Amino acid sequence: MDRTQLLLWLSIALFALGLTGVMVRRNALVMLMCMELMLNGVILSVVTFAERTATTSGAVLVFLVFVVAAAEIAIAIPIVLLLARQRRTLDVGAYSGLKG
Amino acid sequence: MTMDLLTLIVALPLAGFVLNGLLGNRLGKGFVSVVACGLPILAFLATVRGFLQLQAADGLALVETAYTWAVVGDFRFEVAFYFDRLSALMTLIVTGVGSLIHVYSTGYMKDDASYARYFAYLNLFLFFMLLLVLGRSLLVCFVGWEGVGLASYLLIGFWFEDPAKAAAGKKAFITNRVGDAGFLLGMFLLYHALGTLDFDAVNAAFTGPVAPAVSASLVGVLLFIGATGKSAQIPLHVWLPDAMAGPTPVSALIHAATMVTAGIYLVARLNGLYLHAPEASQLIAVVGLATALFAATIALVQTDIKKVLAYSTVSQLGFMFLALGVGAYGVAVFHVYTHAFFKACLFLGAGSVIHALSGEQDIRRMGGLARRIPVTFVTFAVATAAIAGLPPLAGFFSKDEILWFAFASERGGSPVLWAVASFTALLTAFYMFRLLWLTFLTPSRMDEHTAHHVHESPFSMTGVLIVLAVLSAVGGFVHVPEFLEPLMPLPATDHALEHLELPLVVLAVVIGLAGLAGAAFVYRGGLARAERLQQRFAGAHRVLSGKYYVDELYEALLGRPLHWVSERVFLGLGDRMLIDGSLHGLTGLAQRAAGRLSRVETGNLQFYVWLAVLGVVASLAWMWRHV
Repeated sequence: MDRTQLLLWLSIALFALGLTGVMVRRNALVMLMCMELMLNGVILSVVTFAERTATTSGAVLVFLVFVVAAAEIAIAIPIVLLLARQRRTLDVGAYSGLKG
Repeated sequence: MTMDLLTLIVALPLAGFVLNGLLGNRLGKGFVSVVACGLPILAFLATVRGFLQLQAADGLALVETAYTWAVVGDFRFEVAFYFDRLSALMTLIVTGVGSLIHVYSTGYMKDDASYARYFAYLNLFLFFMLLLVLGRSLLVCFVGWEGVGLASYLLIGFWFEDPAKAAAGKKAFITNRVGDAGFLLGMFLLYHALGTLDFDAVNAAFTGPVAPAVSASLVGVLLFIGATGKSAQIPLHVWLPDAMAGPTPVSALIHAATMVTAGIYLVARLNGLYLHAPEASQLIAVVGLATALFAATIALVQTDIKKVLAYSTVSQLGFMFLALGVGAYGVAVFHVYTHAFFKACLFLGAGSVIHALSGEQDIRRMGGLARRIPVTFVTFAVATAAIAGLPPLAGFFSKDEILWFAFASERGGSPVLWAVASFTALLTAFYMFRLLWLTFLTPSRMDEHTAHHVHESPFSMTGVLIVLAVLSAVGGFVHVPEFLEPLMPLPATDHALEHLELPLVVLAVVIGLAGLAGAAFVYRGGLARAERLQQRFAGAHRVLSGKYYVDELYEALLGRPLHWVSERVFLGLGDRMLIDGSLHGLTGLAQRAAGRLSRVETGNLQFYVWLAVLGVVASLAWMWRHV
């Protein structure tokens, strides 16, 4: 098994781990972390393909995704904080009334 | 100037309508009165001038094309005016009596808030009426015909704040639409067969050597249906008594003197056609006579002064149609002419009474007015005697000629027609003198308050009454049938009957006097004797005051089924079920579908993720298969 394949398996594992976490855990913070895990899995695969094809566009895309992910977390964490302050819990089930 | 004389006659009242309609409210009553009375008087003077020209030309018709309306292929539709002896006479009546009634209205409507609107409508009416009598073709006549219907509607519903009056206007308009359908169909048939609608051409086509390819009787009956609408004959008479909701001068001008005689004018104008339509003529005679009798019996028991006169008008119009039906066209026009004077005088006199009694119209609460308003009384009495046919007043001459031709004409006259017509004349004399006695001669039955305020009308009203009374008295000495003889020859009379002419005249006078005596006998002492009669003939009285329940019959036969159909079928089935139903069904479907779908939004984040994963997996699987 060469390195590329290894890295792709790793990225799949990360993604699957994250997805499973999002699907089964009910703690909002853990779900956020799992989402980051999924994102990192995807980024890992992008980087792997970029290295494999020896192009720079993959690296540029990765930096772009980092910026977006940082911004996303910067918004998501305060939201979670506000929610937690309201109900004193991080269980997302407590907030199902927000469905509209 | 001479070239445009006829156009000028027609245009003057139109100018009055425009001026009063646009500026009347701003420029005050003085301006409105001057415009509204001045322009019709000018039109009358122009008509007199045209009449003199016509006489100088020995009756040769003046023709004037004002405007080419449309050119379709080879056919030209022109707004052309035709001025022969018949239209000259009608124009003189319309502008002459019209001007008088305008002058009278300045007194009668003095305190009305919508003074300018009233006169604008009245001028508009004159314009359309002149279009009707001066138009050379049926088409122009029809425009005028519809226009006078519009003006009539506007003036009946003049006080439209009162729903009953507005409804009377609508009734007149809608009833006339029924007749107009007949008029239109007749016009289509004529145009299809002859390719022209000019009156002179139509008459020439039917009297010419080659018979046109259309049944004269069919066209005649269709046009007569139009005439029954406008001239309030059975079965379309129901609108005229209700039309009394309008101001009284309007009743005098439109619903007595001019507009309602349009049907007689139409038939007389097309005498060439009707001469070759014996079946249609017979129908006209029968309908006319039936209407005359029917309306006269209703008039016997009416208690509203204007309603009595309205039924009397319907009855007199029936007399005119009887004359038309027996081929005595000139005599019918003669009666139109005398009727215009005495009926206008009667209505305006009634207006003067109503004015004096501050709006009271019920003759049971009148009486004793002869001394209080003497000018109105004398003029009313003269006109009453005229309509009753007492010599030597105008109505005597025209009614007597109608009776004579109904008896002896070789175009359908018969003793039966004469007998029924004479009986109707007796009823006419009776109910008219009843009206005179109850209003003016019996002891007063007014309440204190009304009696205190009784006052003679201003000179603008009494002056007009005097003029019309004089005309009702002497108008009969003008020999209208002879004047119109070149246009519409009188029918031949049965020589074997000629020796009866004088006895019949005497009999007619006796009938008139009998009506007078009967009314004097019953009503001299007030209502007591009449009430005893009423109790004895309670059933007949109920039928007559119910106007033979024609309105109720129409309501049951036409009104209610139509209402049912529009309520159930058009509103219930068509509108509510089909249109609303399909729309509501579609929106309901969308709402229900959205309601089902919205259950997916549980608020459970994990469930959303599951769905997203499922979607991704499904689309990946699809791509696996298809890409």
